[in-house]
Amino acid sequence: MDTNGDFSLSREPHTHSKGGRTVIGTWLGRKSIRRAIRKGLTILLLLFAGFFFLLPFYWLFLTAVKPADQIFTIPLVFWPREFVWRNFPDVWVKAPFARYTANTSIIAAFNIVGHTLVSALVGYGFAVGRFRGRDFLFVVLLATMMIPPQITIIPLFVMYRYVHWLDTFLPLIVPPFFGVGSAFYIFLMRQFFLTIPLELEEAARMDGASTLRIFWSIYLPLSVPALTAVGLFSFIYAWNDFFGPLVFLTRRENWTLTLGLAALANPQYIDYKEVMAAGLLVSLPCIVVFFVAQRFFTEGVTLTGIKG
Amino acid sequence: MQVSSNRSHKPRYWQIQRVEGYLLISPWLIGLVLFTLGPIMVSFALSFTNWDIVRPADFIGLQNYIRIFTQDRLFKQALYNTFYFAAGSVPLSLALALGLALLLNQGIRGTNIARTVFYMPSVVSLVAMGLLWRFMLQPQIGVVNYLLGLIGIQGPTWLGSPIWSKPALILVSLMYVGPQTVIFLAGLKGIPLHLYEASELDGAGTLAKFRHVTLPMLSPTIFFNMVTSVIHAFQVFALVYVMFSGPSTPAHGPLNSTLVYALYVYEQAFQQLHMGYASALAWIMFLIIMVMTLLQLRFSRWVYYERG
Repeated sequence: MDTNGDFSLSREPHTHSKGGRTVIGTWLGRKSIRRAIRKGLTILLLLFAGFFFLLPFYWLFLTAVKPADQIFTIPLVFWPREFVWRNFPDVWVKAPFARYTANTSIIAAFNIVGHTLVSALVGYGFAVGRFRGRDFLFVVLLATMMIPPQITIIPLFVMYRYVHWLDTFLPLIVPPFFGVGSAFYIFLMRQFFLTIPLELEEAARMDGASTLRIFWSIYLPLSVPALTAVGLFSFIYAWNDFFGPLVFLTRRENWTLTLGLAALANPQYIDYKEVMAAGLLVSLPCIVVFFVAQRFFTEGVTLTGIKG
Repeated sequence: MQVSSNRSHKPRYWQIQRVEGYLLISPWLIGLVLFTLGPIMVSFALSFTNWDIVRPADFIGLQNYIRIFTQDRLFKQALYNTFYFAAGSVPLSLALALGLALLLNQGIRGTNIARTVFYMPSVVSLVAMGLLWRFMLQPQIGVVNYLLGLIGIQGPTWLGSPIWSKPALILVSLMYVGPQTVIFLAGLKGIPLHLYEASELDGAGTLAKFRHVTLPMLSPTIFFNMVTSVIHAFQVFALVYVMFSGPSTPAHGPLNSTLVYALYVYEQAFQQLHMGYASALAWIMFLIIMVMTLLQLRFSRWVYYERG
């Protein structure tokens, strides 16, 4: 039955054409039907998956703007009676979120500068340098990606304590300038630099340009997309980092947004409308940045993944 | 990872580049010694002491390790929980990422939006997402159980149940398949079309093409994603911390069912101040991750590389 239906349907558009080609016509028709089914199924599955990926964001927004009495009602309320925007300013002043934002921004800014600067320099060194042990060191670089932060954090904590860096931003903003946590970024920059034709460099050498000059006026201008990707990854990471601030920052005035957010959930009773309002505010910069610059994210990830 | 080769002629600047190469990567080299290799060595030394910050350290030989393996029930629990989480989250997230990438690769217009949606959770703070899921997984008023109820399933208590707390964590971790999906997508786009055409001529159906063309050609990408996601799974921390931390017991979950390894190290080090003991724990974690990675490299014969 099924095949019959398929047969007649697929034949239909071709019956009016030349009779001698019915076999091919059927075959083509079948194929186009299968393609249509396939397309429909794909869209259906994508919508299904998309629903589950979007639901959390909708719920985050919904809970943040629902009237308090509608948060815990059953059946659940999927559209609020009215939008309560007050939760945002309320939670903003309930904890020093302005301070957290300033702290997080400072830390993120230093991370972006440090990571882009160092990953560009080091990536350039690995891409064009010809020195002994380069390939070995590059493997070491890749291997550092599997070192769990738990193993270095205790000695680092001791070290920072000794130099009185604890409860300052220094443990969070100095290491990026030494390529700490930037193995992935260095890798990304090197992969990108390898795509730049060496002839460019050799021509510049002939003209007597120095290595740094070539780096500055040939490689850097060409690698703005890769640098942007590194800067964006670095921003997202620093903005959302939790483990580092948790270990190194103690006084509330030094806290970052993630620490402040997590602290809202500490008391016995969690005020979910406030937590969600704060959660949305903390997430918003990342969501906006991602939407504006998502091309760089996907291209950056692709650049490192493809050759892994 | 090709190295710029066929440079039989050695230009005059070759000598200079040797020193310059080291200079270029020197920030990273210094950081490697100061912030990574040095601390790892110090951590190794600390693991043979009973140092607790307050009193001076005593060398106690292998006592930490002996205690860990013979008396520490929480260690065994943490190890079990972490392996459980990795065993669930790694294959499921690989399968989901591959599935989503296949859907996105069907060449249907508008799938860029879907890709954005799948990637979005990965750029948002884990703390915000963890708190959100904590709310969404509430047994009575949570939206997850509400949706399950709509299709006639009585949802479990999730975070409150020692049986369901880990599956809940695995479920939430599936939100972070975005980067993997993008990497898979790039891998899929890299498969030459003529391979599909050739197998079509041989009469291969969709499944056969997937099995005999897509999977082998994609195996390096699968391998890359697998190795990195195992490493990440063993380091899961922030999500557990915010989803399960309460006023009295921090994040152990019901019957310690969500005490993951990284969390245990953190608690021993920074809440109990057992720096020596925590260092031993961290070293065991490091070795486990290293062995897991090496095992995967050792048994990577299933990975098909086009050249050699």
